[in-house]
Amino acid sequence: MGDYILLAVSCILVNNILLAQYLGNCPFLGTSKKMETAIGMAMAVIFVLVLAGTITWITDTYLLKKFGLEYLRTIAFILVIASLVQFVEMFLKKSIPALYAGLGIFLPLITTNCAVMGACLINIKEEYTFIEALVSSFSYAVGFGLALILFAGVRERVLIARVPKPLQDTSIALVVAGMIALAFYAFKGMA
Amino acid sequence: MTEAILIMLTLGGVCGAVLSIASKVFYVYEDPRIAQIEYYTAGANCGGCGYAGCSAAAVAVINGKASPNVCVVGDAESAASIAEIMGLDAGSVESAISYNTCKGGERKEEKFSYIGVATCKAASSLYGGKNVCGVGCIGMGDCVKACNFDAIKIGEETIPVIDSNKCVGCGACVKACPKNILSVKTMSERLLEFNNIDGKLAPCSQTCPAEINIPKYISQIIKGDYQGAVNTIRERNPLLLSCGRVCPHPCETYCRRGIVDDSVSINQLKRFVADYEMNSGKRFPITCAPDTGEKVAVIGGGPAGLSCAYFLRRLGHSVTIFEAMPTLGGIIKYGIPEYRLPKKVLDWEIEGIVNLGIEVKTDTKLGRDVDLQSLFASDFKAVFLGIGAWNDYALGIDGENLKGSWKGINFLSSVANGRKITIKEKKAAVVGGGNSAIDCVRTLVRKGAKEVYIVYRRTRKEMPANEVEIIAAEHEGIKFVFLAAPTKVIGNKNGEITHLEYLTMELGEPDASGRRRPVPIEGSETTLEIDMLITAIGQSPDISFIDKDSDLKELKTTRWKTIDNDPLILQANLPYIFTAGDCATGPSLVVDAIGGGRRAARSIHLYLTQAEEEESENKIEPVENALYKKHIPESIFETLEGVVKKPRVTMPELPVEERIKTMDEVDLVISEKEALTEADRCLDCCRICYNKETTETQA
Repeated sequence: MGDYILLAVSCILVNNILLAQYLGNCPFLGTSKKMETAIGMAMAVIFVLVLAGTITWITDTYLLKKFGLEYLRTIAFILVIASLVQFVEMFLKKSIPALYAGLGIFLPLITTNCAVMGACLINIKEEYTFIEALVSSFSYAVGFGLALILFAGVRERVLIARVPKPLQDTSIALVVAGMIALAFYAFKGMA
Repeated sequence: MTEAILIMLTLGGVCGAVLSIASKVFYVYEDPRIAQIEYYTAGANCGGCGYAGCSAAAVAVINGKASPNVCVVGDAESAASIAEIMGLDAGSVESAISYNTCKGGERKEEKFSYIGVATCKAASSLYGGKNVCGVGCIGMGDCVKACNFDAIKIGEETIPVIDSNKCVGCGACVKACPKNILSVKTMSERLLEFNNIDGKLAPCSQTCPAEINIPKYISQIIKGDYQGAVNTIRERNPLLLSCGRVCPHPCETYCRRGIVDDSVSINQLKRFVADYEMNSGKRFPITCAPDTGEKVAVIGGGPAGLSCAYFLRRLGHSVTIFEAMPTLGGIIKYGIPEYRLPKKVLDWEIEGIVNLGIEVKTDTKLGRDVDLQSLFASDFKAVFLGIGAWNDYALGIDGENLKGSWKGINFLSSVANGRKITIKEKKAAVVGGGNSAIDCVRTLVRKGAKEVYIVYRRTRKEMPANEVEIIAAEHEGIKFVFLAAPTKVIGNKNGEITHLEYLTMELGEPDASGRRRPVPIEGSETTLEIDMLITAIGQSPDISFIDKDSDLKELKTTRWKTIDNDPLILQANLPYIFTAGDCATGPSLVVDAIGGGRRAARSIHLYLTQAEEEESENKIEPVENALYKKHIPESIFETLEGVVKKPRVTMPELPVEERIKTMDEVDLVISEKEALTEADRCLDCCRICYNKETTETQA
């Protein structure tokens, strides 16, 4: 049990997918202008990443490794994740329309998001067991959400601050992202 | 290698199969038009339209909640394509851009100076902002930040300036503004608006019964944008040529300039632009919303009916006017004499309204030629009653029906219809003190009467007629007999009138109307030698059709024989009947009827578009915060600073000797130069602030 908690902490804070691994920068900058959107995006990522982590682990273990096709991993994962997201979208639309209305527009956006892809590939590279892969996928997604929501909060505050002209909008966002990343860097000592 | 290809193909095949099965199993019926519409949207899922992504916007269009130009990124062409999918006329797609309603800027006064977070939202949370005016622009530019299209900037005046080429009307600025300064409204939405107690309204606009944005059209006149001014007036009043001539302009009474100087001659400016359009030889185009296919019957083609039909048509409904008389116009056609409102002018104005696509059935009277049953049978969903007040009150004295005795409206409409009436060399008396009485005496003078008396039971001060009309009548040699109550009409043996007997009155205690009640002085009987008598002491609506129609039995009326309703909603107790004008209010101003027509059109529009969704027994929701005929206390001043006195333009009129011989129009239009000078006198007021003048600015 302790191992899993350690793994979770490591994935959420120490190796945060956004701030330590620098993956998934497009949604990080794109959907962080408003808290509302950021929360929606975070939820959608948790949902998709858990599913994607599970299915890619199964694909890798029972298909690719068996036939010695590890070199096709990336392309196979893209195929599997894209189909999965499409499937889930259809399923939600029919069965849980309320959830679809909430996550609907975010699902296609993160079909082959690099954070999702990255987390899946890390799972394999670190040779996690199935349970570990599940925990790590979930934790990476939570880490993504945490960073995104923190960042959105900061950006909403920046919006009402007096920012010098040359630094306005995306520039200040990147500066702030760097500062948050530095703060997260402190977690490195914990590992 | 072969193995790898095979496995990848299998994997792809499995994924494809699962998806295709899923698409069957999890199939949800979607209108095929959603995909078609989505194709024409930008596909950026930007959310600028206010919906969660392009497909959500497409669904909203299908459900009729969004208009075809919903996509803020898409161009006019894509809007037209979407309109085509929806079966709408592409040309009538309504677009809207942002409009700044605050004129504060540099002229506004501040309560304190604010040093803090530079956003409107933060600044307004501190005592509602630094401005004295609670509703004005704060000027920190939240709207500028909210705009995704770089279309707004804070101008030199520290109020938002909108670049109409860049604005797409997405409404992001409206949501960002804590003070409701910016408004993004389609033409239909603007037509449905009411003056509001939180509104940025000048005292004149608050007073106008039709709620015209007066400062806006005057500032458009100053800029030389006469077409814009006409369009501004037309958003509230379709009868600007007529109102420009006959309106008693209650707005001018509240003109802020009038506190220290003469008020601005607002009505003459309205008449100037209205005449400008007529004399330009072409009509300025009037836009209408896409057809809704709903049919509405308008009973009565007077000012209320015309106004209601006009607004319903602009909102996209199909309207048919049923008029009892041979031509449209109602009381302003048959009750207002030629010298005040020439028939040619009125007909030109009515033609413009009918040309919007309104069907007209003249010589058709409710209760005689049509009834409710036949209207419903022809698919009319709602009925507007604008039948006016055409029944003259009688004096109730002996001899009233002798030869040579007339009723006011009957007399005026007979003259208007060109009936031969011998007036030449007659000695005529008109009983009454209202506008109809004045119209009668002035018509009598023009038709060659030798002596014309006006007999009124109070004094000149209490006369309800317009002051200018009374003055004009005095100039034209009318003899006024005040404090006189007719008691008997005396005739000769042929049954012709010879004398009118009346009692002299004195003024007693004020009555319910605030005017002092006339009390007769006993034994003061006096006779006046006359051979013609016209009674013009008021009218009531002719509601005899109610008893003839079994479907209308339930219709509630008041003891003044008017149809009972709420003055804002105008829906009668039968939910499909709406009413405005004299038949709802009793005899009143033309501009009241026009305002009522618009309010009724709004209620009918809501009745037709919302009735199906909301189970509210077809009752229209009451309007909250409507200002309706009240004033915003903080905007009515006792004193005024910063006004340099400038003379008001005088109304050019035909000389008395000339005009009393013909029915030609008396009041003439002011020249363009005079109009611009007069428009310049306008202080461009808003709720609190206004343009202060100094002697330098005048020079």
